[in-house]
Amino acid sequence: MLGFKIERAAAPIWMRSLIPVIAILVTFILTATLVIMAGANPLEAYRYFLIAPLSSQVSALEVLVKSTPLLLTGASVAFAFAAGYWNIGSEGQLYAGAIAAAWLGIILEGVPSVVAIPLMLVGGFAAGVLWALPPALLKVKLAVDEVVTTLLLNSVILFIVSALLNGPWRDPVSGWPQSPEIAASTVFPRLIPRSRLHLGFIVALLTIAALWFILSRTALGLKMRAAGLGQEAARFAGVNVENTILTAALVSGGIAGLAGVGEVAGIHFHLIEAISPGYGYTGIIIATLGGLHAVGVGLAAIFIGLIDTGAQTVSRALGVPVYLGDVVQATLLLVTLGLFILQNYRIKRA
Amino acid sequence: MHAIQMRGITKRFGPVVANDHINFDLEQGEIHALLGENGAGKTTLMRILYGLYHADEGEIRVDGEVVHIASPKDAIRLGIGMVTQHFALVPTLSVAENVVLGYTDGFRVEPQAAQQRVAEAAARFGIEVDPAALVRHLSVGERQRVEILKALYRNARILILDEPTAVLVPQEVEVLFETLERLRQGGLSVIFISHKLYEVMTVCDRITVLRDGRVVGTVDKEATSQAELARMMVGRETFGVTRQDGRPQGPVLLRIENLSALDQKGLPALKEVTLEVRAGEILGVAGVSGNGQTELSHVLAGTLKPTEGRVLVGNEDLTGADPARISAAGVGRIPEDRHEGVIGELSVAENLALEYLDEFVKGGRLDHRRIRQHAERLIAEYQIKASPTDRTRTLSGGNMQKVILARALSRNPRVVIASQPTRGLDVGATEYVRSKLLEQRDRGAAVLLLSEDLDEVLALSDRIAVIYEGRIVDVLPASEADVEQLGLMMSGAREGTSARV
Ligand SMILES: Nc1ncnc2c1ncn2[C@@H]1O[C@H](COP(=O)(O)OP(=O)(O)O)[C@@H](O)[C@H]1O
Ligand SMILES: [Mg+2]
Repeated sequence: MLGFKIERAAAPIWMRSLIPVIAILVTFILTATLVIMAGANPLEAYRYFLIAPLSSQVSALEVLVKSTPLLLTGASVAFAFAAGYWNIGSEGQLYAGAIAAAWLGIILEGVPSVVAIPLMLVGGFAAGVLWALPPALLKVKLAVDEVVTTLLLNSVILFIVSALLNGPWRDPVSGWPQSPEIAASTVFPRLIPRSRLHLGFIVALLTIAALWFILSRTALGLKMRAAGLGQEAARFAGVNVENTILTAALVSGGIAGLAGVGEVAGIHFHLIEAISPGYGYTGIIIATLGGLHAVGVGLAAIFIGLIDTGAQTVSRALGVPVYLGDVVQATLLLVTLGLFILQNYRIKRA
Repeated sequence: MHAIQMRGITKRFGPVVANDHINFDLEQGEIHALLGENGAGKTTLMRILYGLYHADEGEIRVDGEVVHIASPKDAIRLGIGMVTQHFALVPTLSVAENVVLGYTDGFRVEPQAAQQRVAEAAARFGIEVDPAALVRHLSVGERQRVEILKALYRNARILILDEPTAVLVPQEVEVLFETLERLRQGGLSVIFISHKLYEVMTVCDRITVLRDGRVVGTVDKEATSQAELARMMVGRETFGVTRQDGRPQGPVLLRIENLSALDQKGLPALKEVTLEVRAGEILGVAGVSGNGQTELSHVLAGTLKPTEGRVLVGNEDLTGADPARISAAGVGRIPEDRHEGVIGELSVAENLALEYLDEFVKGGRLDHRRIRQHAERLIAEYQIKASPTDRTRTLSGGNMQKVILARALSRNPRVVIASQPTRGLDVGATEYVRSKLLEQRDRGAAVLLLSEDLDEVLALSDRIAVIYEGRIVDVLPASEADVEQLGLMMSGAREGTSARV
């Protein structure tokens, strides 16, 4: 016999709230080897990752720019996960929102901004909802696994975008596979002059606030959490689990759609294939790291935005590949997930 | 000649004494039944013999020699084989591969040679299976035969079968019995666990009855009857409570008509059940677990749709209604499994409010103050040792059950459905729950009590229905209930039961 046994027992509260901090430390220890192999000093590298981006106003604002879509996709994923709906499709739903924004940005030519911009947001939200609808319906009506369907739809919409950009929407001026530039009245206003920070950041913050409000202050939120934490018991208590999950899935899609609108109307001003370098997938990391809690999601999104910005600085300053940032993120996710599982156990002397 | 002797075997799980100084002998070439209610300790005793558990006290002899069985490996070496309640087969492998798995000399398995040898073994033991078939294509009965063949292939001389008929349809039971009889004639000794009397009387030579972890006695089949076995198994002299008869009866509040439903596997589990419960009475449903009680309680709670029949509360037809409607119609429900009733990660206050959420919404927002006050009131009234903000999973079983009780009963429901309401509770909590059910009855609610604990049914009920294999065998006034008779009906005895309504 081993002399030790493992039993199920939840970790104390203080330890749970330390998990993100522990995860970050463990991640840095694990990735240090890679940094060394890339020929850089790990401490130096982490200074660039974490501190350098915050040392000037320009780059600090750039962190918030990077965080904008991440706040939204993180909120999108958290909203679905809270109800136990494993939406892996925020990436695709973001593209749906981006397509809608690119389209509305053309046809709303001449409409004043006060009308056009709300329409852009509503349209992008609706497009995200629409793209989230088929897998959500399949889930609640036929119990088809949403992980598979939402994931597959991500590739489908990429093909649609590609078809649009190489076909009807190809920019007649430049001939590049990108949609024509959106009308000036539909462009999101800048929040601070000479920075790229745009209206989408405010939308993202409001969304995070809404996430908090809905989850903790409304009946829908309680039903969602009940369905997510104990589906059978929720059903027993009279919660309409199917409707609740459907609502959560669709709102989640809508939020991801907003992220797409922000990228089109705030950053690129037209649709391109590479509008998202995987913001939807990063949203999963953010939602998990943030413990599906609004405040946690907000902090995690800004943290990941920081690392993303930092990765570029590191690679420029130390000559290591930009991909190192992705490796750090992925490691962080795995470590966090591992800690979330491990916190439910403790080792005891037998 | 004794194949097995177990002497003074004791096994504790925390405070539970699952086996209490058990003596058990198995003779060469006999089929010996281990009979007892759920939780009597049958499985535990056999898991000890097979090396899955280790006894705290006692010794085991095989062929007269004291042995130490540390693991199933030792048991197999000693010629002991066991077919557990849950099969241990790899569905994607063939029958032959499953049989030889872990019992080949070399590292490689030669499919052809393995099939050849398994086919020979099957023929020798007279067990009908196709060695080349994939296990996932087999029926439950066939899988069981593979398990038996697996044990015999490992040269088992002693075969333990843990409730082998629980998963079989009647025709498969016949085949199993024929197989066992043939193997016995070939010299195999068999331990056959069951709680079904007629099966035991059909296939076994001797019967050892366990109750509450102790041996009640060992009898020869020839020298006993189903009635005596039922008495030994259930074993109560008095009911322990005196009931005043002739309490006033109100109108019928719960009417169940010809109700049928399927279990999770899609097999008929509830068959044309008809019951009536009146205001101010407790109707107890007695039965061994797995005879349709789970499905009955799920249908009445709204979490399972019936395939046929009707459920009426007062004049309201609630057939196939969802839990919200059933709750709103004035039905208080206590689920069989506490974790079906409360969500561990939510707070006590949230769980208490969940069933009546609409009442706690003000201007589109949850009224957290009212939710908290509601919880404080119920915590005081039902003596729940917890604060409203505690996560429910941190509560003890008894307090968790009180949360469920408070939610179900605080609105004075017309009808109460209580499934296994005291399962796993300590004495104090059990008493409390029972007194609350009696309080509901006295208040004029119609209470349907589903319980595997016969004592509980006898102590609380005004009338008793017995359920067996999804059917109501009989309904009788508690004053006429006779333990022996109930025991017989619960175990599916095929004699001595008269269908009354
Ligand atoms: N692994 C275990 N841990 C804790 N208690 C157990 C365990 N196995 C059995 N028990 C308890 O021991 C008693 C006897 O159980 P068991 O041997 O399974 O009964 P049977 O097979 O006769 O239905 C029951 O009270 C059961 O809850
Ligand atoms: Mg058992």
